[in-house]
Amino acid sequence: MLKVNDINVFYGAIHAIKGVSFQVNKGEIVTLIGANGAGKSTVLKTISGLLRTKTGGINFLEENITSTAPHKIVERGLAHVPEGRRIFLQMTVQENLEMGAYTCPSGGVEAELEKVYAQFPRLMERRRQVAGTLSGGEQQMLAIGRSLMSHPKLLMLDEPSMGLAPILVEQIFSIIQEMNKAGTTILLVEQNAQMALSIADRAYVLETGAISISGTGKELSESDEIRKAYLGG
Amino acid sequence: MTFLSFLISGLSLGSVYAIIALGYTMVYGIAKMLNFAHGDVIMVGAYVCFFATTRWDLPPTVGVLLAMVVCTVLGVLIERLAYKPLRSASSLAVIITAIGVSYFLQNAAQLLWTSNPKVFTSVVGNSLIKLFDGRLTISVIAIITITACIVIMAALTWFTGKTKMGKAMRACSEDKGAAQLMGIDVNFTISVTFAIGSALAAIAGVLLCSAYPTLMPTTGAMPGIKAFTAAVFGGIGSIPGAMIGGLLLGIIEIFGKGYISTQLSDAIVFAVLIITLLVKPAGLLGKQTTEKV
Repeated sequence: MLKVNDINVFYGAIHAIKGVSFQVNKGEIVTLIGANGAGKSTVLKTISGLLRTKTGGINFLEENITSTAPHKIVERGLAHVPEGRRIFLQMTVQENLEMGAYTCPSGGVEAELEKVYAQFPRLMERRRQVAGTLSGGEQQMLAIGRSLMSHPKLLMLDEPSMGLAPILVEQIFSIIQEMNKAGTTILLVEQNAQMALSIADRAYVLETGAISISGTGKELSESDEIRKAYLGG
Repeated sequence: MTFLSFLISGLSLGSVYAIIALGYTMVYGIAKMLNFAHGDVIMVGAYVCFFATTRWDLPPTVGVLLAMVVCTVLGVLIERLAYKPLRSASSLAVIITAIGVSYFLQNAAQLLWTSNPKVFTSVVGNSLIKLFDGRLTISVIAIITITACIVIMAALTWFTGKTKMGKAMRACSEDKGAAQLMGIDVNFTISVTFAIGSALAAIAGVLLCSAYPTLMPTTGAMPGIKAFTAAVFGGIGSIPGAMIGGLLLGIIEIFGKGYISTQLSDAIVFAVLIITLLVKPAGLLGKQTTEKV
């Protein structure tokens, strides 16, 4: 479904991503784990078009999207929940969700809203509230709900567990699994490696801009190397 | 009666400032830049309407519409050619470019239409309404100006609050990156903002020159600066702020002229601005957001 082929991304003179290649198949949950600053978010931003690669290419659903504008990539069914949620804090919950459906014909928005509200009853209660007044967990739910509005075929989540209490992290992860069962392919970037590996079909480890290890979620969570480096013993 | 008459002229002048300030504030809200050429777009609009009605004998409504079309195209062109290439440049570079565009428009107007003042004929004639046995006279243009301001304000509130494009504009003004991830075409949204602001500038130009009929290449400069002041006064980035700031500025200016001193009126206006900003640095309705991180 998604093929990333030898991308090299620079921030000015800094070579942030050094020849990363990987792929995500239809129906999978794939996770990209790694320490702070390894370049996980940069990879996602490059896929969604916010950053550009100097070499290589990105294919999504058999089409080359390497130099497609970000808003066109969303139209093709690739949604990205960015790090730090990035919801529109001064707009209401419902307006945020409507923005998520920006690329859809306006006729279907009502039905999508109902679906998201059914999945996140909390958002329904707060739909007229300004998003900046929501709690961290609610904001994350809003960010995920917003990305579902466009019916993505592939959903990229950047650190959905960041800053959330353990019980909320579990809730978010079970939502991710549910979405996957409902047919959405997931690319998950996480620092919480243990949680991510426990739900992932396959995983890649990113170290200072390059992929060092890859394998199934199970393999990696049992590997000694990964245990020492990312899972705390 | 003089009080009432001052109040009406203040509201009328303030309405013109408010309409111009809306352009400043919308562009600032989205592109985070101060478009100092905005005042000169007003002047271009007034010239277009002037030529349409007095030289080509077109009806006033056609003149206004033509001015709006020309200014819309001009505003979008300015953004594409001068500002878009600087989207990721420092804000200082953008400000200097905006000042450059402002002088470019003034000088181009001077070249095309000379610096001799033209006498603008009001689009609604110079009829007056006399009330209270002639003790209070109100010009029709003042009433039209105030009405136009209210209509524009209501239309913009509806547009930004209820339409898909308007909501997309608000999303872009908050977070362009996130807006792109929603599938919003940020460049197109910025163009639309410039188009709306410039069309409003054309209306403001016609209304301004209908009330103060001297038309020169520098006609837009001072009202442009006043309207910028109004936008800051009300809280730049806020649409109701621009409206309130514009109206207050007009009223203060006319009362200053009427009751204190004609020469000092501008000084009074700016003194009020400075005091306001000392007390409320974000302006009257400036966003002092409480955000959870």
